Amino acid sequence: MPVINYLQSNGKTFEVEVPVGSSVMQGAVDNMIEGIAAECGGACSCATCEVYVDEAWIGVVGEACDIEKDMLAASSAWRTNSRLSCQIEVTPDLNGLVVMIPAA
Amino acid sequence: MHETCIIIGASHAAAQLAPSLRQEGWPGPIMVIGDEACLPYHRPPLSKAYLSGEKSAPDLLIRSADVYTRFGIEFRLGERVESIDRSRKTITLRGGEELAYGKLAICTGTRVQTVTLPGSTLAGVHYLRNIEDIDRIKADVRPVGRAVIVGGGYIGLETAAVLNKLGMHVTVLEMAPRVLARVTAQQVSEFFQRVHREEGVDIRTSIAVNGFEGDSRVDRVVCADGTHFPADLVIIGVGVTPNVELATAAELATDNGILVDAFARTSDPDIVAVGDCTMHPSPLYGYIRLESVPNATEQAKSAAATLCDKEKPYAALPWFWSDQYDIKLQIAGLNQGYDQVVVRGDRSVKRSFCAFYLKMGKLVAADCVNRPQEFMVSKKLISEGIELTPGQLADESIGLRTLLDGARSDVST
Repeated sequence: MPVINYLQSNGKTFEVEVPVGSSVMQGAVDNMIEGIAAECGGACSCATCEVYVDEAWIGVVGEACDIEKDMLAASSAWRTNSRLSCQIEVTPDLNGLVVMIPAA
Repeated sequence: MHETCIIIGASHAAAQLAPSLRQEGWPGPIMVIGDEACLPYHRPPLSKAYLSGEKSAPDLLIRSADVYTRFGIEFRLGERVESIDRSRKTITLRGGEELAYGKLAICTGTRVQTVTLPGSTLAGVHYLRNIEDIDRIKADVRPVGRAVIVGGGYIGLETAAVLNKLGMHVTVLEMAPRVLARVTAQQVSEFFQRVHREEGVDIRTSIAVNGFEGDSRVDRVVCADGTHFPADLVIIGVGVTPNVELATAAELATDNGILVDAFARTSDPDIVAVGDCTMHPSPLYGYIRLESVPNATEQAKSAAATLCDKEKPYAALPWFWSDQYDIKLQIAGLNQGYDQVVVRGDRSVKRSFCAFYLKMGKLVAADCVNRPQEFMVSKKLISEGIELTPGQLADESIGLRTLLDGARSDVST
């Protein structure tokens, strides 16, 4: 099972296994990782699961769709490597992925 | 020996409350009692991706089973709580079993309003609330078959969109002069009526249903004006009622919902209530009862803190969403009591605009159709109480984000 690394802004890190086909958001939800509220449960509707994808992984993770880009553009935490973690499906290629959770 | 926290109801509120309780430091057993057979699942996709077949039952689980095990949370599923005895701090299950609690959380949600019309119990007449309801509906879905939806609210319209995509001929019957009459402005209702008609759904308004006819199962819907509609499948979506009976019988304060404070406390210090079943204070809107997943989840976090003798007031801005066809509707705030509607964008031809609701010149809510950025900004404008003129809100040449940034810097200077 792919391992995803979640880094919180307070320096705490979580290294958790997330099943293929699940999402980076669901991995955080299942491990009660603070900072990923996931209010809409993965419907790309709330932007409360924003993460920064580690620069080394951006190419593997890929780009956001238009709706996601629009939501992110209005986020006060936005950076060029922002993504909504509900829209990142976990694949074997993402084993070792590192994402940072914006400060609240 | 540590006391047990019992959570009545096993849906969105419980799925957040139980693990949050553990994170807040609850040392004793946590038991969730639910009357459905399955672990807490996402309800919003029921009328969307689950009905359409894009998602299966395991996809809907809010958290997987092992998560609850890891947090030491026990489930009693397929069980119903019959009564609460506050003086003895026990609850009684339907089978008569009595369980003692140290703290209790009531997360009983809502149930669908049923109708008592001739033929309303015929096979093929459905309601829509639980996963089992959808499984029954799915069994009646036939391409080219005829579906009649009674009630033009969000659930009715979402269902209409999916059944239409699945190849059924869909008719929506709404008693009010327009769909979504209770929840949106005329301008937004007209938009959704147009879209559904463009997609091939027959929307009828100002029409009252008198009953359902058929031999072994429903085959037509009869209306008060004499018209009738052939139907292979009927779905009734006319709203929900909060499940407050347990609370009322235990003499907790209720009023169209279980009355709680900003910390999810009921009138009993050992009992909290969370989610759709609660009437709770909102800093912007007064006492409100919401039918909303984010509300259940965020209020649950407050309740978990309360049960562990901490204070985390719940004050989040209400918001909602609905997906129909290629439309993502996102709603920021509550439009109750609005006296003015300002539209940004073209709602008569395209499928992208916002409707802003103002009350005495103040922005209280926004319906954003395929406008995720405006939705995000609207949430901030409303919760921060930033005042913009109707002219500014309507003017597409200046981005809403620019207006927000401008207003914020005005405040800080």
